[in-house]
Amino acid sequence: MSGPSIYQPTNRAMQWFEKRLPIGGLVHSSFVVYPVPRNLNYWWTFGGILSFMLGVQIITGIVLAMHYTPHVDLAFKSVEMIMRDVNYGWLLRYLHANGAAMFFLAVYIHMFRGMYYGSYKEPREVLWILGVIIYLLMMATGFMGYVLVWGQMSFWAATVITNLFSAIPGVGDSIVTWLWGGYAVGNPTLNRFYSLHYLLPFVIAGVVVLHVWALHVAGQNNPAGIDPKSDKDTVAFTPYATIKDAFGLACFMILFAWLVFYIPNYLVHADNYIPANPAVTPPEIVPEWYYLPFYAILRSIPNKLLGVCALFGSIGILAFLPWLDTSPVKSGRYRPIFRQFFWLFVIACIGLGWLGTKQPEGIYVILARILTFYYFAFFIIMLPLLGIFEKTRPVPNSISESVLGGKA
Amino acid sequence: MAKNKNLNMQRILIALALTGSLAALVMPASAEEQPSPPRVKWSFAGPFGKYDEAQLQRGFKIYKEVCSNCHSMEMLTFGNLADAGGPGYSEAQAEAVAADYKIKDLDDKGQPTERAGRAADHFPTPFANTAAAAATYGVAPPDMSTLAKARSYSRGFPWFVFDAFTQYQEQGPDYIAAYISGYKDPPKDFKLPEGGHYNEYFPGHNTAMPQPLQDGQVTYDDGAPQTIAQYSKDVAAFLMWAAEPRLVQRKRLGFQVFIFLIVLTGLLYFTKKKVWSAVY
Repeated sequence: MSGPSIYQPTNRAMQWFEKRLPIGGLVHSSFVVYPVPRNLNYWWTFGGILSFMLGVQIITGIVLAMHYTPHVDLAFKSVEMIMRDVNYGWLLRYLHANGAAMFFLAVYIHMFRGMYYGSYKEPREVLWILGVIIYLLMMATGFMGYVLVWGQMSFWAATVITNLFSAIPGVGDSIVTWLWGGYAVGNPTLNRFYSLHYLLPFVIAGVVVLHVWALHVAGQNNPAGIDPKSDKDTVAFTPYATIKDAFGLACFMILFAWLVFYIPNYLVHADNYIPANPAVTPPEIVPEWYYLPFYAILRSIPNKLLGVCALFGSIGILAFLPWLDTSPVKSGRYRPIFRQFFWLFVIACIGLGWLGTKQPEGIYVILARILTFYYFAFFIIMLPLLGIFEKTRPVPNSISESVLGGKA
Repeated sequence: MAKNKNLNMQRILIALALTGSLAALVMPASAEEQPSPPRVKWSFAGPFGKYDEAQLQRGFKIYKEVCSNCHSMEMLTFGNLADAGGPGYSEAQAEAVAADYKIKDLDDKGQPTERAGRAADHFPTPFANTAAAAATYGVAPPDMSTLAKARSYSRGFPWFVFDAFTQYQEQGPDYIAAYISGYKDPPKDFKLPEGGHYNEYFPGHNTAMPQPLQDGQVTYDDGAPQTIAQYSKDVAAFLMWAAEPRLVQRKRLGFQVFIFLIVLTGLLYFTKKKVWSAVY
């Protein structure tokens, strides 16, 4: 999308540097003059918000790691000491814990936005798949971070999730032992989770660079789902997208600050303030809210192996979305039937999240099965068929027509 | 034709939504075994909440005279009693509290000894280990450092949604206050197992701890009523402070952050409007 750099530094030192490493030109062409569709709405500010949240998590995480002790006898205590004795330790820890939740909230909005406006379609398939990889890495990182607290819920979540791998026929138990580094979740498990929890965010940052790179090759999708055709269809990244992103981010931060300063334990299960105790199983083992829909899918299927397959399949299927959706029209705006199935899909995901908190018995199992069926049917049945049978509404000729035409 | 289809879809959606909400209504309110604890008016609730120093001091007196016979509170030091936003003791007072305790230590020859406590010492544990702690009542009494955050009760839908807006975060102390004053004679049809104690608010009602407080058991110097109702609130408030000693600082900083963020957001909104007015 971006042509050759027109960046001409006036400062002599900058000119000297630019000749040797044109990093100023890279920033200039990618984040200043880079053309963005003029019709982007606020759902498009979540990309910037996500980059910001990754930064928050890495910075708070690095400082927390300076005070944390990854040992079964000391982990819980060291977290409490951070909360009590480290200067602003309570702030760092509440930022990091609630930051994870806000990170997931933002990524879900980002993903639903991509689905609604068909952002995964040609030529953005690789961009989308890189996003799915980031999401998977986020899930692994978030899970392992939750375990580090070493409360009751941490310990038992680690036990339940690692045990999923025992469903693999033949080698399952060996794999679980290998994952644990022993015959139960213990000190080796905690140590490796700590190591990986520190490593994976930087892997995420690397894939985010690829994600942004792929974005800047294909250019941004937009609410109309059509490519910019002329300069009239785009505006410069700075100041237009920059200021809009900044405003969106500030609104997001208000919500974040509300959680951190006023209801920091709202999303935390009370049991995680009880130190991990392998001898006492909590009455209910519930994952963090952002995993609940997948937990409900897992438990809705009576067979353990099939349940685990459904769990991983429900995430893996996202990678195939560009080819499952057969419709030539990108934006849900012009797809009246798709739009309804889409919102039903959103409701199904929220419903599954609610069912993830319920014991799998009685009506809850039935509801979870219906919603699990719908989750997969949306991808495997609705999307392929809609491309064939749906009568789409006419797509505007250009972005500027879609923006200004409606106003006239 | 497309419009017709559209209408049909909408009908299907509405029907599905109705079925869902009906199912939610018809579902039994999951056999609520124990009543929800009554809401206490806490001084530390809400965006400007602060601990009531006198209440924390009374709560500490109860902890010292009653709870600490069985419950440890190992995350806290005596010096914490003088921390800002806490019970409001002076450092000399905290030091004096510490000096009343005997701390097990080793002397300079490596021999076990007992010495007077210092401000930097953690509150001593009443039992040598969890096995010894479990010997008395069958279950080891939980450590009290994080207890007020480790206890809660289910609020259920839709209340948990409203809680995010009303900042109701005091489920822990509400439960503890209700629990301490919730001892009763079991109903006739309730079979209380051997060694158990009936408590209205404890999940399953059968709790291992005997009723810890009686009216008039702890003497207050500030004229507060010496009743179980008052004791249970005071000790719950004290435990909330023990679990969340930086609450006052958090809420104060939060308010400053909010003022900053709201001004920033307002400025960004008008800047954005100005910048974009050139395009539209």
